[in-house]
Amino acid sequence: MAEIALRRPPSPGAGSYWRPLPPCARYALRVNLVDAAAAAGSALPVATAACRASVQGDWAALWLGPDEQLLIGPEPAGAAFADAVASALQGVSHSVVDVSHRQGAIEITGPHAAALVNAGCPLDLDLAATPAGFCSRTVFAKAEIVLWRRGNEHFHLEIWRSFMPYLAAFLSEVERELPGQGGSRGA
Amino acid sequence: MLLIPCPYCGVRPELEFSYGGQAHIARPQTSASAEEWAAFQYERVNTRGPHAERWRHTHGCGRFFNVVRDTTTDQILRSYRSGER
Repeated sequence: MAEIALRRPPSPGAGSYWRPLPPCARYALRVNLVDAAAAAGSALPVATAACRASVQGDWAALWLGPDEQLLIGPEPAGAAFADAVASALQGVSHSVVDVSHRQGAIEITGPHAAALVNAGCPLDLDLAATPAGFCSRTVFAKAEIVLWRRGNEHFHLEIWRSFMPYLAAFLSEVERELPGQGGSRGA
Repeated sequence: MLLIPCPYCGVRPELEFSYGGQAHIARPQTSASAEEWAAFQYERVNTRGPHAERWRHTHGCGRFFNVVRDTTTDQILRSYRSGER
């Protein structure tokens, strides 16, 4: 479904700390994790630890709640992926919904990545509280996002499509205050 | 800003939550009197001190859970899942 969505990725300035990521496939999986682990074992990318992502090959499973996962992978995944999930979870009550078109992604990297995320997100980004692999639904400057800390200085933000221009403008605005971005302190 | 301990996700800023009112209000039987229904619908305590209340981690795991908060100091004493005491 991602291929029919309007694609106009935001453009960061030169040397920006963030960049839009290419389109990818996303699935919202609702299933009781205990049942899912028993039925599918390792056949399915599922994150079992709270607020942690699990990466299996090209696919990542982000734990969003006790019965909710966001699966992110390369597109086009097509109906074959949904069918594979459905057959792996045969007999287990679940739902898997293609939400590829619903969100876009922005990546924030570099030594000021945490400062840039904290400009709009109130989470404690100290590594003790949110180590690499952490993921959660949260808020960023009035918009709901899914935040995934892929590395110590590497964040992945899943942003609903209609919020993308707003958050891109917000990031461009606040990063001017960071060193090296042409702001008063960066000159 | 309050820091609220979600029993599923851990300590999170108040911005991620929405308030759900007083906790542990049991729904009466259908045979209950009008007074009992009125009490269920409208009567709430106005505690000074520890108060059990429901919160929902709206911008997080989406779950309702219970919190005991001291209404005089805003200190959160503990949190626990729905259905627990």
